[in-house]
Amino acid sequence: MIDTQSRNLALWNWVVAFAAFLVACFLGFYQVVERSGLFDFLESPPAYFASVSTHGVLMAYVLTTFFIMGFGYLTATSSLKRPLWQPGLAWSGFFITLIGTVLAAIPLLAGKASVLYTFYPPIQASALFYIGAALLVVGSWFWCAIMVVMAAQWRRENPGKGMPLAMYATVANALLWLWTSAGVAMEVVFQLIPWALGWNDTLDPGLARTLFAWTLHPIVYFWLIPAYIALYCFVPKEAGGYLFSEEMAKFAFLGLLVFSLPIGFHHLYMDPEQGAGWKLWHGIGTFLVTVPTLVTGFTVLASLEIAGRLGGGRGLFGWIGTLPWRNPVVLAAILALLMLILGGFGGIVNASYALNAMIHNTAWVPGHFHLIFAGTTVILYFAIAYHLWPKITGKKLVSNTLALIQLWTWFVGMTLLSTPWHVLGLLGQPRRISGVTYNSLLTLAWQPYELFMIMGGAVLLGSAVLFGVILWKTWRNTEIETVPEIAYAEPIHPPESLPAWAESLKTWNLAILGLMLLSFGWPIAQFFFLKTFESLPWGY
Amino acid sequence: MHIDPLEKKWLYIALGMVALFLGSIFISLAVGIKPPSNVETIDSARLHLSKEFAEDNLGVHIQPDGRITVIMVAGRYGFFPRHITIPADTPITFRWASVDVLHGVHMPMTNMSTMVVPGYVAEVTTTFPKPGDYPMLCNEYCGLGHDYMWSKVTVVARQTWEKQHSKGGES
Repeated sequence: MIDTQSRNLALWNWVVAFAAFLVACFLGFYQVVERSGLFDFLESPPAYFASVSTHGVLMAYVLTTFFIMGFGYLTATSSLKRPLWQPGLAWSGFFITLIGTVLAAIPLLAGKASVLYTFYPPIQASALFYIGAALLVVGSWFWCAIMVVMAAQWRRENPGKGMPLAMYATVANALLWLWTSAGVAMEVVFQLIPWALGWNDTLDPGLARTLFAWTLHPIVYFWLIPAYIALYCFVPKEAGGYLFSEEMAKFAFLGLLVFSLPIGFHHLYMDPEQGAGWKLWHGIGTFLVTVPTLVTGFTVLASLEIAGRLGGGRGLFGWIGTLPWRNPVVLAAILALLMLILGGFGGIVNASYALNAMIHNTAWVPGHFHLIFAGTTVILYFAIAYHLWPKITGKKLVSNTLALIQLWTWFVGMTLLSTPWHVLGLLGQPRRISGVTYNSLLTLAWQPYELFMIMGGAVLLGSAVLFGVILWKTWRNTEIETVPEIAYAEPIHPPESLPAWAESLKTWNLAILGLMLLSFGWPIAQFFFLKTFESLPWGY
Repeated sequence: MHIDPLEKKWLYIALGMVALFLGSIFISLAVGIKPPSNVETIDSARLHLSKEFAEDNLGVHIQPDGRITVIMVAGRYGFFPRHITIPADTPITFRWASVDVLHGVHMPMTNMSTMVVPGYVAEVTTTFPKPGDYPMLCNEYCGLGHDYMWSKVTVVARQTWEKQHSKGGES
């Protein structure tokens, strides 16, 4: 049962999410063209860095937050089979997040907040940008509260029963987001806003970077968990089979929640303000958090294999051909897994304590995270949209073939875009440059790759526009959707009971608290004991 | 609680992979390979008054014990001094401070990389096996002129470098 409130909430949250996504795709295309240096009249660092900042904020904060909120309302009401708790609160969250987005977008587009999406003090943006970013986060906390309360209410009314997997994962994500957004919230509220308004003259960039690192890696799992929900809860059924194991799926989500939080320092490996031991500790944690992802890879492939064999596939690989490749959810899952495997191995290089020095801040890094974010996560967001958009608008998907073309072109475009980045990174090209100006023989080797990037960007832009067209035409479709219910995959064996601690929100939070104190306690406290010197604000 | 035997096998493989990756990190630790980390603070606004990062002191130095240190300042838009010459196959300790915003230093095709955060001294020790001219790039967005922030490092054979320096040649 999807009630009208959560349908409308999902619809409007997703309208904002996908509008932001489309704008960001146009900016992304402009960036690859500008950066290539092939078109003199386009070259402009102010326009480029304003564009990069807006692209990053729209993709990483606006698309994800609104998409996840909309998806969460649908998941909660349909999997728990109860109406939304406090729809008024959910709409308040939506409007606060929206106002935050608009407040941040104005200075971004005007070039008054070209500090990229990681904020980068002591370069200072307009105070409006920081206030908007803070509101965006605060609005999303309303969503977290609703998810946690609905899970707690369900648990009270269903003692001893295991929570439906989709909701288990959603509430894990809400808690993950509450924990991880606290870092950036502290940075913005206590450091950036007072400093941008002129109440404080200086701030400590070392502390700011440490607080941002608190948020910077777990946020990726906040974006990924909805994609994983699709892999676990929609894909097996759409492929014509069953989920391999529900209990291990729950442990995978629990592992992501608990272990993804205290690992942010692998973004600070090259920073001077944290000691080598703390970096090593976070590095070890980063490797541990690969385990739930490897488990996910196994479960999803196993579920696909079951479906393929049920469909008549024989032999070691015969089941791959019998999968329903023409089902957008299944196709997206296969393409996303391919990108996740490649992106995941790139990530292991980034997280490697010493290897990181070779590729830190090079083009390798956007290559890696475009595979994980734009490849794996966004492609599954598309799949979720194709699956659920007809159910929330009540209209039939306008064309299955167009959806398949859109997914394939996105995959091809992302391959064309991210492969040259990985090579350029190994050749030492920095990320975050608007053009190659270095007068050096070494850097001449970088030039041929620019063409592939432009081709990739063009294919991706076309694919993004097609996605928008499909959603728009579906919304305007005259044919009515015949299957309005959301169906979740069944596990191959009925789930047995989990230990009580695995179902208890309190235990999870205590475990996280302990790990966070261990990993961030002294690294943050040191700034109050060391003799630090703060920085004045700088323009750009 | 139920774990399928196949799944159990895969879990062991996954944990084995993680152990392998962590093992290689610990091995590299044993031979002294670690990321640059020295929690050392400095007042970026008064660098020219500090002894170490005063303008006269920037550049390549041979310490009394024979170690080679390079003192450099990062500021929009360059690393100063703009050109240094250092010997190949020799451990070199770089120390940087920023006069203004965040910068990052990287020499392509080498593992010489660190962030330069205002208020902190960044230090890296590394060895360059291959002589040649390397660009020293800023790899962290530091303002609209960021693309133009680069200096040059010339790595020469150790003997050539020693010959130049025994004559009291400028670094």
